[in-house]
Amino acid sequence: MNLLLASLTIGFILSLLSAGVYISFRIFHMPDITADGSFALGAAVSAVLIVQEVNPVVATSAGFAAGCVAGLVTGMLHTRFKINNLLSGILVMTALYSVNLHIMGKSNVPMLYETTLMTMAAKLPTLMGSEDVVNILGWDISNSDAATFLFAILMIVAVSVVLNRFFRTHLGTAMRATGDNPDMIRALGVNTGNMITLGLCISNGLVALSGSLLAQYQGFADVQMGIGMIVLGLASVIIGEALVGSAGIGLTLCGVIMGSLLFRLLIAIALRWGLNPTDLKLITAIFVLVALIVPRFGGKLTHRKQRSSHASDTKV
Amino acid sequence: MLQIQKFDKTFNRDTMNSVHALNQVDLTIEASSFVVVVGTNGSGKSTLLNAIAGTFLPDTGSIELANTNITRWPEHRRARFIGRVFQDPFKGTAPGMTIAENLALASGRGRRRGLKQALNRSALGVFKGRLASLNMGLEDRLNNPIGSLSGGQRQAITLLMATWLKTDLLLLDEHTAALDPRAADQIIRLTTDIVSQKKLTTMMVTHSMNQAVSQGDRLIMMHKGEIMHDLSGAEKSRLRPDDLLTRFDEIRRSEQLDSSAAQLLEANYV
Ligand SMILES: Nc1ncnc2c1ncn2[C@@H]1O[C@H](COP(=O)(O)OP(=O)(O)OP(=O)(O)O)[C@@H](O)[C@H]1O
Ligand SMILES: [Mg+2]
Repeated sequence: MNLLLASLTIGFILSLLSAGVYISFRIFHMPDITADGSFALGAAVSAVLIVQEVNPVVATSAGFAAGCVAGLVTGMLHTRFKINNLLSGILVMTALYSVNLHIMGKSNVPMLYETTLMTMAAKLPTLMGSEDVVNILGWDISNSDAATFLFAILMIVAVSVVLNRFFRTHLGTAMRATGDNPDMIRALGVNTGNMITLGLCISNGLVALSGSLLAQYQGFADVQMGIGMIVLGLASVIIGEALVGSAGIGLTLCGVIMGSLLFRLLIAIALRWGLNPTDLKLITAIFVLVALIVPRFGGKLTHRKQRSSHASDTKV
Repeated sequence: MLQIQKFDKTFNRDTMNSVHALNQVDLTIEASSFVVVVGTNGSGKSTLLNAIAGTFLPDTGSIELANTNITRWPEHRRARFIGRVFQDPFKGTAPGMTIAENLALASGRGRRRGLKQALNRSALGVFKGRLASLNMGLEDRLNNPIGSLSGGQRQAITLLMATWLKTDLLLLDEHTAALDPRAADQIIRLTTDIVSQKKLTTMMVTHSMNQAVSQGDRLIMMHKGEIMHDLSGAEKSRLRPDDLLTRFDEIRRSEQLDSSAAQLLEANYV
């Protein structure tokens, strides 16, 4: 039971990552590999600040902000200096590996005895006078586990609500149109470069927030923890869309969250069945590959363009 | 008023594919005039419209619109003054977004995009009203994605979007060419309505001789990046499709003459 709860908690934390990947991949059609770097960046910044006794709320916000800056750099490389979008991401991700090592000063920063957002959340029920063990749907769960679980849900729900509202504003609508039809939105007076840069900022901010929370949940930040995160995010987005389709931002975000959870559960089950953890990333990559290929063999969309001429008209 | 002076553009300069697409073009268009642009394929019609819209910057020359020098302005900045409809019905709207969302995007053309919700009840009311004026029944489909509409319906909406706000210049580049005849007629009628109602300064590229003679109060014919003919007033209103065809033939003949003369020269002297 605890294993399931932990899996779900991690699933909710990683759904923040998926929401970020959703923005870059689905809105801008750009698999932004910066995510691998900014995930660990968020973790590194928050962990180092927390170890220095900075308030965890501030430390987490700083992690988020650091991710935004990483996205800003990728966005500028791509839109101002016209570097190919994949390459921009690769450059920043690679650079971030060194940056993260510098920030942490070593490859791993433990926070086992520090006050983190997660330990704060975990203590809350006892402070409020709850029993040590609560019974939910017939399961006995320690109140701290339940609290961190709820906290993770709270975070992603808050983020989803804000994103859902944002993408319906004038600015957010223009951002979606930038991915849908850049020529059109430029003709309507929008600087598409700025839209992409801002979008990547938000995307990587969320990815870093996810990294920061995961580090606080597991009690350490590691320089390696970002590896493969983009693929994991993609997997969740793809599962999510398979679940709910892609009608409307709000619904899709729900799908992406469910996708993250489902993927987490699948992995937990596979590990339980004896999957070698070494193969985890391989399996994830193969899964994404299959998910990307399969729809192509399904109903191919064809749109016909009408083209004919006036019978009584001469064309020159 | 639009004023273009000595506009020159060569694509791929200093390469084998170098194209002198606009050659020292001078063009002044008075406010509220409707200019039809014709010319053979590759004569530089689209390039002229793109130059005005700011898709690329000139090598030399200048552009003034509404008493503002916009020569160095990027495309998105000029959009405040300029509305556009492209030939491809897929190009003027965001297919994955709803009709209402597309109209909301147009209602903010050239303005700062803020954090206000794009769709509210009063905006939807306005959208419905204007869509109803198209008589296509689109007012009941505000939440349908644009991708589900026909090419003609899309062009109608694009036209509506391009003229949603006050527009100093409307650029139409063969905006009926990809449509079937009925839809094309419908869009042309809509164009005439909107242009005359709002007294818009308009440039319309077309390959249709009927459109060229029946629309607009001025006609320019382009050839090899230059304006070959410029007809207005009585000369334009008297113009008949056959006259226009004759002028096209003249150009063709002179071109053939050019190339055969070149062959002759080559044969004799090279
Ligand atoms: N971005 C570009 N790069 C290189 N060459 C270009 C570019 N845009 C236009 N050209 C060239 O400039 C010339 C004029 O093209 P343009 O598209 O303006 O012709 P057009 O009059 O619109 O023809 P059509 O009737 O076929 O649309 C062509 O030779 C074209 O190949
Ligand atoms: Mg053209």
